[in-house]
Amino acid sequence: MAYEAPITDYDHIVENCTCAFCGCNCDDLDYLVKDGHVVAVRHACRLGASKIMEDLDQRLLVPMVRDDDGELKEVDWDTALDKAAEYIANSIRPIFYGWSETSIECMKEGVALGEYIGAVLDNQATICHGPSLLAVQNAGYPVQTLGEVQSRADMCVFSGSNPMNSHPRHLARYSVFCRGYFRTRGRFDRTVVTMDPKFTDTAKVSDLWVGFEQNGDYGFYNAIRAVLKGKELYQDVISGIPREDIYELAEAMKNAEFGTLFFGLGLTHTLSKQRSIDIAIKMIIDLNKFTKWGLTPMRGHFNVNGFNIFMAFESGFPLGVDYCRGYPRFLSGETNTIDLLTRGECDVFMVVAADPGAHYPNGAVQHLAKIPVIQVDIHWGPSTEIADVVLPGSFIGVECGGTSYRMDGVPIYMKKAIDKPETCRDDEWIIRELKERVMKLREEPNVAPKYVPNPAAL
Amino acid sequence: MEYILKNGIVFDPTNNVKGEKKDVMFKDGKIVEQVSDDAKVLDVTDKLVMPAGIDPHAHIAGPKLVVGRMYRPEDSRRGATQKTSVIRGESGFSIPSCPATGYRYSRMGYGTVVEAAMPPLEGKHTHEEICAIPNIDVPALPLFGNNWFVFEFAKENKIDELAAFISSWLKITKGYGVKIVNPCGSEAWGWGKNVHGFDDKPPYFDVTSREVVKALAKANEKLGLPHSIHIHPNDLGHPGNVPTTLETLDSIKDVKKNAGVRDQTIHCCHLQFHAYQGNSWKDASSGAEEIAKYINSTDHVTCDVGQVTLDETTTMTADAPMEYDLYKLSGLKWVNKDIEFETAAGIIPVIYSAKSPVNTLQWAIGLELFLHIDDPWKVCLTTDHPNAGPFQRYPRIMSWLMSNTRRMEMIENGEVHKWVNSRTTLPTIDREYDFNDIAIISRAAPAKIYGFEDRGALTPGYNADIAVYDIKPNEIDPSKEYEAIEKGFSLTDYTIKDGKILVKDKEIVQVKKSRTIWTNVMGLEKEEQAVIDGIMPFFNQYYSVKWENYPVHDHYLSDPIRVDVQASK
Repeated sequence: MAYEAPITDYDHIVENCTCAFCGCNCDDLDYLVKDGHVVAVRHACRLGASKIMEDLDQRLLVPMVRDDDGELKEVDWDTALDKAAEYIANSIRPIFYGWSETSIECMKEGVALGEYIGAVLDNQATICHGPSLLAVQNAGYPVQTLGEVQSRADMCVFSGSNPMNSHPRHLARYSVFCRGYFRTRGRFDRTVVTMDPKFTDTAKVSDLWVGFEQNGDYGFYNAIRAVLKGKELYQDVISGIPREDIYELAEAMKNAEFGTLFFGLGLTHTLSKQRSIDIAIKMIIDLNKFTKWGLTPMRGHFNVNGFNIFMAFESGFPLGVDYCRGYPRFLSGETNTIDLLTRGECDVFMVVAADPGAHYPNGAVQHLAKIPVIQVDIHWGPSTEIADVVLPGSFIGVECGGTSYRMDGVPIYMKKAIDKPETCRDDEWIIRELKERVMKLREEPNVAPKYVPNPAAL
Repeated sequence: MEYILKNGIVFDPTNNVKGEKKDVMFKDGKIVEQVSDDAKVLDVTDKLVMPAGIDPHAHIAGPKLVVGRMYRPEDSRRGATQKTSVIRGESGFSIPSCPATGYRYSRMGYGTVVEAAMPPLEGKHTHEEICAIPNIDVPALPLFGNNWFVFEFAKENKIDELAAFISSWLKITKGYGVKIVNPCGSEAWGWGKNVHGFDDKPPYFDVTSREVVKALAKANEKLGLPHSIHIHPNDLGHPGNVPTTLETLDSIKDVKKNAGVRDQTIHCCHLQFHAYQGNSWKDASSGAEEIAKYINSTDHVTCDVGQVTLDETTTMTADAPMEYDLYKLSGLKWVNKDIEFETAAGIIPVIYSAKSPVNTLQWAIGLELFLHIDDPWKVCLTTDHPNAGPFQRYPRIMSWLMSNTRRMEMIENGEVHKWVNSRTTLPTIDREYDFNDIAIISRAAPAKIYGFEDRGALTPGYNADIAVYDIKPNEIDPSKEYEAIEKGFSLTDYTIKDGKILVKDKEIVQVKKSRTIWTNVMGLEKEEQAVIDGIMPFFNQYYSVKWENYPVHDHYLSDPIRVDVQASK
């Protein structure tokens, strides 16, 4: 890595800004601002700093509507909003997807619009930590805030997660290298274990690498649970790991004073999907019979947890919330975005601060190409190529304030540091405008003439 | 806008109105003595009129609620109802969504509900949910009982500093009063342990539960806060916890009260869970009589009951070690949520069954407490929602309290387990509450205990928070017509909040924004700054957020009600 001279040419510093990249939500960043732009970021990792500094790279600046020739044409805000509102008002099965890179304040408008028109609201969890949420509904959720890990944990396990690449400051700020109240020597006071078929960068800084086979996670955790319950293992090698090593690891986990399991998409997206998380959660619960253990899903986007929390308190369900019947409902496989798209049910798709064009399975994207897609985002992406209306938003935590929830559920207010480009609008404003326009275009569907209580709740 | 509620049968215990037929008038959101001839007349002839209800202890907003909703879709589904032109779609039974929570309280004639546990670090989250709940005012109690700074002040008996800390943290979290949950126990849970009894210490801290509680009580009185310390004592739910409970209550008896608005210096919540005799569940029995005797003989203690309603519900408490004990009993899905340096929390679904001996015992102990405590001003109606049952069961509890016939029917028909005969005194009590008693335990007493001076009574100048029930007190025999009592208290004819008619003829006709109530202590600005300066090195080094991000900003409050208190020096 070449030496880069520190930036000295700036107008002023904005302190204690919050990073709008991963689920670490580091709230200690200093932005160096010159001529209304962030020219340098202190304390951030390279992922966060580059996102913040290169805010104008491939930036969507003007509203656009796709014309009859299939080309995106720049239009004024009124035209674009009217077009988008018309699509939504005339829809039968709309999906409003994304939300993980915008603020809770914007989601509030989104849920109001979704409830009005009867949409499905879903976020990126549907394609990332969705299995974790399903597992939480099956097995439970023993968690702790990251400050607890910093001060107490003497054993940190990373399973199917490579924070050295994906959450670069996690180890330094919250889990491994940082000095905590009871872990005064930081890294030296902790045992770090990486469980991953790959020898990742996180494995390189760990004390122990457990390289179980691809898709071997379920069998491996099952074996640890068996050992914790005092059972004997009969196979010599389980999921590619020798029996003796499993005994030794289970013993070490039992003898930790405070242990934490961090897991990522490597665990959620192997063959057994949510069952892998199920058994990992149950293993953590079992370990609590001996000592203190907790876990934390390594959430990717800075507000992906926020959407799940927000929807849970607004509707009772964390993701895939379907309002089409005038009340919230959720059923995995029925009301999740991918299922709705691959079945061809959805007829209008609004994506807010996400890039389904880049991340969805082929079948889902194919359906997206057939239906009107409204994009609210700050950057160009593959989704722009299939979008019929593009509404340029603003950058939460840089150009616009807002609330987000860290991976451990701690709420953070991300403050505004600079002004947004003149032609862009805040996400919250855009969704509110859409809501008001839709309300003018269509009477609210699915309204009960009278409140009828649910007999099950009486 | 002026209104007159005409010819209702009014129960307003604070003003000593016991079932008089009279008019209640209000104007511009306040109760008034006189209105002009233009006033709109609402005819409520012979119907039951009370101040709007006040729930002194419920869990309705905050981080553990949301995890409960997230991980129990089966519960959310149970309460789903379709939106109307006035209200949003609802969901949830024991942990309703935020909108459903507000609507359901409103339909029962409630106007104020205290959120009983707010972790300061996640105070923003609690207030976000409060903003999402319509129709009721929600004060929140921040948790102090396992806070490391509190441990330090308590250990060194620095009451002045502790008082400044509390006053500062109430501002920071926009909290109303001091909540203590399993003092020292939730900290011990940081290591998977618990404290046992009132004189135990958590690992690494040289401070006992007794020292923490006494210090907080002294600091609370030093500040003269409108509410006393609000305690969930150690050993919740353990057979044989009566001595711990009594020691906890007794340890405060010498602390001098310093607030005219209330009578108590300690409020013990969900007392039912703290009134078990015996050594294990095998030989457990009721300790309600002993505890009631203590409360009857003193004047510094008030309580709420946490009545078991015999439903499937969700338990959630900052007493995290207890939740793991419950997990070991039931094996149901377990949630734990530890908050750095402040508290912990646990959640587990629970099925209270009338067929179960233990659940029947718990059910009976709750009722025994209501019936053995002589002075209804010392006891409040709660289910510790959702722990012992969901709040929409309050009307059923009222019917149990008003009808010995119903209670004996349940006991004699075998609707509840026979332990009720051998392990409790419930079958021997024939006391029945009257409407005045009900008005006390569900509105007047909570208002007094919280030091509210704007609600809980129909005094001129107070908020026009009024409930009118479809019950004719002069015609009904509650003892025999218990079903009509339950039905009548479930849905109001009118719920009026701040002079706005929210419920009319059992339907919500209007929705209003909720407000939080918080206590602003004045006169300790210098001391507060000194305390903050003192803890700042620790905060900067160990907390996982920046100080700037710690307080609940005004952004998270909608039109809050600030209660100013002048601290005595």
